[in-house]
Amino acid sequence: MSDMRVKDRKVEYRRVAYYPGCALEGTGHAYNSSTKAVGKALGLELDEVKNWNCCGAMEVKNIDPKVQTYLSSRVMSIAANEMGAKVVMAPCNGCYHNLKKAEHDLAQDADSREVVDRLSKKAGHATYRPGQLETIHALDWIKHGIGEEGLKGRIRKSLEGLKVANYYGCMYTRPRHIFPEKDKGPGSESTSKPHFMDDLLEAAAAESVDFPLKTACCGGAHTLSDSDTSTKLVLNILRAAEAAGADVIATECPTCHTGLEMHQVRAEKVLGEKTTVKMLYFTQLLGIALGLSPRQVGVQENVSDGLELLRSKRLA
Amino acid sequence: MIPLPAIESELDRFTPQRQPQAAAERLLALADEVLQQWVVARGEVPTWEQREGFRLLSLHHQGARGVPSFNACRESCREIAYHYNLIIGEPDSSLCAQRQRMMAMLTKHLLLFVSGKMQVEGLGEFCCASRPLRLEFQARESQTRESGSRESQANDASGRLPKNACSPVPSPLAGEGQGEGYDARAEESA
Repeated sequence: MSDMRVKDRKVEYRRVAYYPGCALEGTGHAYNSSTKAVGKALGLELDEVKNWNCCGAMEVKNIDPKVQTYLSSRVMSIAANEMGAKVVMAPCNGCYHNLKKAEHDLAQDADSREVVDRLSKKAGHATYRPGQLETIHALDWIKHGIGEEGLKGRIRKSLEGLKVANYYGCMYTRPRHIFPEKDKGPGSESTSKPHFMDDLLEAAAAESVDFPLKTACCGGAHTLSDSDTSTKLVLNILRAAEAAGADVIATECPTCHTGLEMHQVRAEKVLGEKTTVKMLYFTQLLGIALGLSPRQVGVQENVSDGLELLRSKRLA
Repeated sequence: MIPLPAIESELDRFTPQRQPQAAAERLLALADEVLQQWVVARGEVPTWEQREGFRLLSLHHQGARGVPSFNACRESCREIAYHYNLIIGEPDSSLCAQRQRMMAMLTKHLLLFVSGKMQVEGLGEFCCASRPLRLEFQARESQTRESGSRESQANDASGRLPKNACSPVPSPLAGEGQGEGYDARAEESA
């Protein structure tokens, strides 16, 4: 699966099963609408996985990791066995991570296979077999399905003059062993210095600033139990983006995005530390570059008000 | 050892220096210091070995042993080393001030992560390390009850973790293959 040639991917990724996951129906709604809008503008088709369920996220995983493996496998089973898909695309880092982890566990661990088989039979659906499906992120989908050159030819509103810090968060690249297709040299994604988002936004003429905290820990889910640590970590990320000269932080995960937005507000309220850098999903920026309006890509739904920035850059 | 609040204060006051090499050396020494404190808090002797020419990377490797989530700061360490090389290699570059600034922010991030982890051990584990925290917590609770000691429940007065507090506790379901979602060895060997 991971060694498909680029030309194969262009065909394979033209129409993929789409697994939005829970976050994209809630706080990440704008990511959902902008992903769909960008796909439509690029001629890439999405077939939403029928009757999908939670991937097991973090909560289930911490109670029983095998139940998380099963939950993710059910999504993959529906995509592969009921929809006949070969590729499933998950734009949320958490979902993407969990589907990849389930694939890894099922390939490596007989106990996981036994549990998933038993629960699948009990639930009345076909058991997912490792290797039936390739799980990709929205970045892979556009990077390999369209590519930078293909994107350049479709740009209607150049992002020239917009300085972007690309923030990938942690679950897109860690732990490395569940992403066997990464770190394979030219053309593949790097786990230490991911660049797919940089590549795509640069194709739309945005300037990627040198941002060394692109995979830095934001405190993540600890935001609930240890908010101050999360706020300080996020504040440092925001300050580094500003110090790097960024107008905006581009995100590719609803959890990262919400975390950055909410802790920016909290840092000002609790620590008295104000930062002004904006946050936009990379799909929102690409959508605007493709000629969509800020409303069509859900900019008004963001907590961080990116509209003023877009207006100042004549992008809205 | 320099207390973590003193390091944080120095990093907050940091401004790019006219002698960039000295600044890079100082920032690298502070980053080493942060990781040393983590290693000492785990009851180990900080290594003096180097990986790829940096003690920092060796200390990170030591600190991540048995704690896959500590890899959440691996890229920060590598970026610190990278920025050090940039500054030392091109002290006259027009980008030198910016590189110093970024190296200081990376060191600050390392400090925030490590100090956060010394207060809340699970920091980073909930996310990218994919670690089944609850099972380990239950196992630890059960062990604590059996030994009649609650020492491993809390940090001591200095805010440091008690010895072995960071050591992974075998999952009660380990024999059934539970918890293989992460592979500590795979991460450690990286």
